[in-house]
Amino acid sequence: MQPLRSHESYLAFLGHRLSGLALAVFLPFHFLALGLALEGAETLDSFLVFAELPLVKVAEWGLVTLLTLHLCFGIRVLALEFTRWPLRSDPRLRWIFPGTLAAVAAGVAFYAQVV
Amino acid sequence: MTTGGSDELTVRIWRGRDDGCFQTYRVPARANQTVLDVVTEVQRHQEPALAYRFACRVGVCGSCAMTVNGRPRWTCRTHVRSIAQEGTLTLEPLRNLPRIKDLACDLTPFFEKWQKAGGRHLGTASREDPPQAVDPQSRARLVASAAIECINCAVCYSACDVVAWDADYLGPAALNRAWTLVNDARHGARDDTLDRAFSSGGCTSCHSQGNCTRHCPVGLSPSESIAGLKRAALFGAPKVS
Repeated sequence: MQPLRSHESYLAFLGHRLSGLALAVFLPFHFLALGLALEGAETLDSFLVFAELPLVKVAEWGLVTLLTLHLCFGIRVLALEFTRWPLRSDPRLRWIFPGTLAAVAAGVAFYAQVV
Repeated sequence: MTTGGSDELTVRIWRGRDDGCFQTYRVPARANQTVLDVVTEVQRHQEPALAYRFACRVGVCGSCAMTVNGRPRWTCRTHVRSIAQEGTLTLEPLRNLPRIKDLACDLTPFFEKWQKAGGRHLGTASREDPPQAVDPQSRARLVASAAIECINCAVCYSACDVVAWDADYLGPAALNRAWTLVNDARHGARDDTLDRAFSSGGCTSCHSQGNCTRHCPVGLSPSESIAGLKRAALFGAPKVS
């Protein structure tokens, strides 16, 4: 990463946008699963068997983590744009680490539930 | 004084225009040496044809900004000892601006965007009128004053990735200027300035990366000014009296 981008605010920007892209990739599969439910239990069950594969579980874990990250960093962006800043030079930097921590916690909770 | 354990600095300087290359110079490491001092030493003693720009040398005029070790900086107020890793400096012209030669860029697009953002102050009184009373402690004046000290160095413009991606984006400095005018009771075109700042390529193109605020050499926060413009565009211009 170029030196001019190596700061927390830029990393939060990257985290928010890349997690958003990952969610955009996930959503069609999510809607596909919902659509299969309308076609009958057998079709949905065959999809759910696929969803139990270890690799898919890992992908789900990543998804839960990224979803939480996207939520937390998105709330930070809303706070940046709709509320006055507490300090002029501080674009809510203190929200970044707790947001990352929340994403990790969500990932751990999901892992604990699956295992 | 030594930098990186040596009595000499190794200075890599971009020579030429877009298709140029780096040339390496060695200059003595001195106490309290600024990056601009180093460039001047190279130009006066080793490379008379080196093109660069400076004027005041004390951080007022905003002329001497360059890319130093990958970051845009005002070189007259940047001490070598604070940034020279292993006694090496790498100097390039500012990013996001057309290059003229060596370290000098053309700032025309930067100032054209100031105009496009409605950055020209429009007075509403003549010299016969008494000075307009402005409460220095009013909310709007405090907000304007906090953003007013921009020296037009284009460091924020160079640091901004959105400027690099979108040629129409007005950039942090122009939008910061617009924000000061939107909060200025003496400006006669506040609504027009707000409309321009909210139009295509304006404040809504900002991705809140914060590179501008991170690199502003005088400690301004263009990110906050742009956020203020977004709020004003949605909820109405701030009251100024």
